[in-house]
Amino acid sequence: MLTTILKRLLGAIPNLIGVIVVTFLLTRALPGDPAAFFAGASGTAEAVEEIRKKLGLDKSLPEQFIVYVRDLASGDWGFSHATGQPVLTELTTRLPASLELTLAGLFLAVIVAIPLGILAATRPGSWIDHLCRGIATAGVSLPTFFTGLLLAYIFYFLLGWAPPPLGRLDPYLSAPPTVTGFYLIDSLIARDFEVFIGALKQLILPTITLALFVLAPLARMTRASMLGVLSADFIRTARASGLAPTTVLFAYAFRNALLPVMTTLGMVFSFLLGSNVLVEKVFAWPGIGSFAIEALVASDYAPVQGFVLSMALLYVLLNLTIDIAYGFVDPRMRVDG
Amino acid sequence: MKSRTLLCATSIVLACVPALSSAQDKKQETLIVANETGPNMLDIQGVGANRPAYGVAWLAYDRLMTYGRKKLANGVMSYDFAKLEPELAASWQIAKDGMSVTFKLRKDAKFHDGTPVTAKDVKWSYDRALAMGGFPTFQMKAGSLEKHEQFEAVDDSTFKVSFLRKDKMTMPDMAVPVASIYNSELAKKNATKEDPWAATWLKNNTAGGGAYKVASYKPGQEIVYERFDDWKSGPLPKIKRVIQREVPSAGNRRALLAKGDIDMTYEMPPKDFAEMSQEKGSVKVASVPAENSMIYVGMNVTKPPFDNAKLRQAVAYVLPYDKMMQNAIYGRGAPLFGAKKPVTGSDWPTPTPYATDLAKAKALMKEAGMESGFETTLSFDLGQGTVSEPMAILVQEALAQLNIKVAINKVPGANWRAALLKKDMPLMINRFGGWLNYPEYFFLWTYHGQNAVFNTMSYKNAEVDKLIDSARFETDKKKYAMDVKGFIDIAYAEVPRIPVVQPMVDVAMQKNIEGYTYWFHLQPDYRQIYKK
Repeated sequence: MLTTILKRLLGAIPNLIGVIVVTFLLTRALPGDPAAFFAGASGTAEAVEEIRKKLGLDKSLPEQFIVYVRDLASGDWGFSHATGQPVLTELTTRLPASLELTLAGLFLAVIVAIPLGILAATRPGSWIDHLCRGIATAGVSLPTFFTGLLLAYIFYFLLGWAPPPLGRLDPYLSAPPTVTGFYLIDSLIARDFEVFIGALKQLILPTITLALFVLAPLARMTRASMLGVLSADFIRTARASGLAPTTVLFAYAFRNALLPVMTTLGMVFSFLLGSNVLVEKVFAWPGIGSFAIEALVASDYAPVQGFVLSMALLYVLLNLTIDIAYGFVDPRMRVDG
Repeated sequence: MKSRTLLCATSIVLACVPALSSAQDKKQETLIVANETGPNMLDIQGVGANRPAYGVAWLAYDRLMTYGRKKLANGVMSYDFAKLEPELAASWQIAKDGMSVTFKLRKDAKFHDGTPVTAKDVKWSYDRALAMGGFPTFQMKAGSLEKHEQFEAVDDSTFKVSFLRKDKMTMPDMAVPVASIYNSELAKKNATKEDPWAATWLKNNTAGGGAYKVASYKPGQEIVYERFDDWKSGPLPKIKRVIQREVPSAGNRRALLAKGDIDMTYEMPPKDFAEMSQEKGSVKVASVPAENSMIYVGMNVTKPPFDNAKLRQAVAYVLPYDKMMQNAIYGRGAPLFGAKKPVTGSDWPTPTPYATDLAKAKALMKEAGMESGFETTLSFDLGQGTVSEPMAILVQEALAQLNIKVAINKVPGANWRAALLKKDMPLMINRFGGWLNYPEYFFLWTYHGQNAVFNTMSYKNAEVDKLIDSARFETDKKKYAMDVKGFIDIAYAEVPRIPVVQPMVDVAMQKNIEGYTYWFHLQPDYRQIYKK
């Protein structure tokens, strides 16, 4: 098991090198001029040149690359000029916010989508199947920023049930001491239940927004995969042998149907993490997506590179986790390297 | 048993009463503000400090002097450029020869960590502004503050500035946010050999003595200010705590304000401000035309076809001014077109004589020999898209009447500065505002032959240059007004840029918020604000 993990991690190294080179080149190919941007509103041509020197952008590309790789090797991911902070600090403070939201959204999506998919598969053509199809279609076709704004408008502005979309916590509460960076967990560690409730309330609307969006692929995949498995020979055999319907459904059918669902889950997760920018914008969520977009708009090289690199690392870990999880669901998948 | 529950209940109620009223107090003394962007660092002198960072300097640091305040005609308070008032300096004296000024510092002034403010700190801060390069250095230069030798700490409470020349911008320049006074001992403790001015440390920490301390700062999320109770440089602010959050979605900020969850917001699209000022809700809008600034259509005079003044006038006569005011700017500004009276030289910005007149425009096209028209590109900054995009479409429509085919080029915010520096856009919509409220300061940046980046038209005229330079150091009021009238008249006749509107600075707030003041740096000043 351990050797498998090690082998997989080693195998990821060429990918990471590729990512580093490509993001470096891509950011440099952006049309903007960061020096002109950071010179500010009254920057003269001299001021721009001065700033270019300060940012080290007057050096040649290979030189800049060597400096970048050397810094990276020593754990220095560079500076975000837009926020004035080290990129690594920014990423480590913002990533938990995005992860907390994404995981919550995914969790909600899974607990709704999988039962819905199973029900739809066991009763194809019934009202529940149509409901599943309806929700899935609506979920994918509504853009997340629209769902977000709509939910905020209805549940916050009109009904007043949801808390104000002001980020991760009500302004009058202060954040729990950082352990994991997840407010829900940190507030429990600190035994501060007021903050826990506060953080949970803030999470509800953005979580529903995200969950609605990813409900579709999960529910559809569960349904399709279950339908496929349910018509397989071994299920017919199990049924013929007189096994209880629930045993057939969960112990045999569902477990076998789970593999493609897990693959989708992995894809959806990585997709969500990178693309929940709009939800973050709508709910003023201080996550990694809005950070990356702002950096891109400002042609701020270091954070863009840092963002892509951290995403690459995350993908590698995610793929590894899913591959290992395959092994638990289906022993046939336990292949070494 | 029964009495016990009753007792219990009473004690709970009693325990709740003070808690309730203190929560009430907390709300009364706390201000919640939501804006689109927050400060990217806490040091205004740092490389790349953004606009909201000016606001941090304004609150967490003091200057030697500040400006007075006055009530505008529409009832909104504004700073008074003509009146300098003491802040850290208790008094000052200009030398008889007019070539230096001596400040006496307040004896009781302290920094946030309790160390007294001395002239050494002032000297260090001014030296730092010159040494940091970029924006702070240029801002100091705008007031002829250019050399370290100009600043002298005579004793602990006496600070002297020698003038290089008699420049009327020198004194006001010492009251802008860049001229903030830093706690030099604290900063030096956190400086390194490579970073003698503690630029890294000061990005995330303050070393000031201003009315508010930065209680917490999370870049990209929020900044929380707490009142500095030992502040002596002015009346103690009434608001004890300010929470300034970043909420990027303008629609949400409007909803938050309407629901009473925030007290104040800046930077909304003009349409929202226009609607909010009409609504009869709990929200009010304070509006002031931004001083010394305009939104304009600029034309590059170095290249054909816009090197032809007749053509430029034709364009100035065909622009749909009223439509732009209604459908792009939503009336949030003072029109800079259709003047009935000649330029006086004492008002700035002042309207041009141009108004929409298709017949005149067509005649001018004929004179210019361009009746058959041509193709060109109109560029604008996507960062200003809420106003510039509808404006661009209206301009495109209008110019089609003169057979000018316009393609629209949207430039992303990050690239706009670079695009301006290249000076190759034939036609653009842009805005510019100058901090120091003098017309010659505006013209120095935007029309002068030194061709600064904001002279987006690359306009050069020796006569205009002479008048600008002369106005800057002219002390005779009559001659000064003549100079100003002179360069405005030429600029409007040759019309390399067509002024459209002097935009409004709007701030929306709850009705119970009082004491809002407009400042030239456009950042909120919580020191005068209180809740009714």
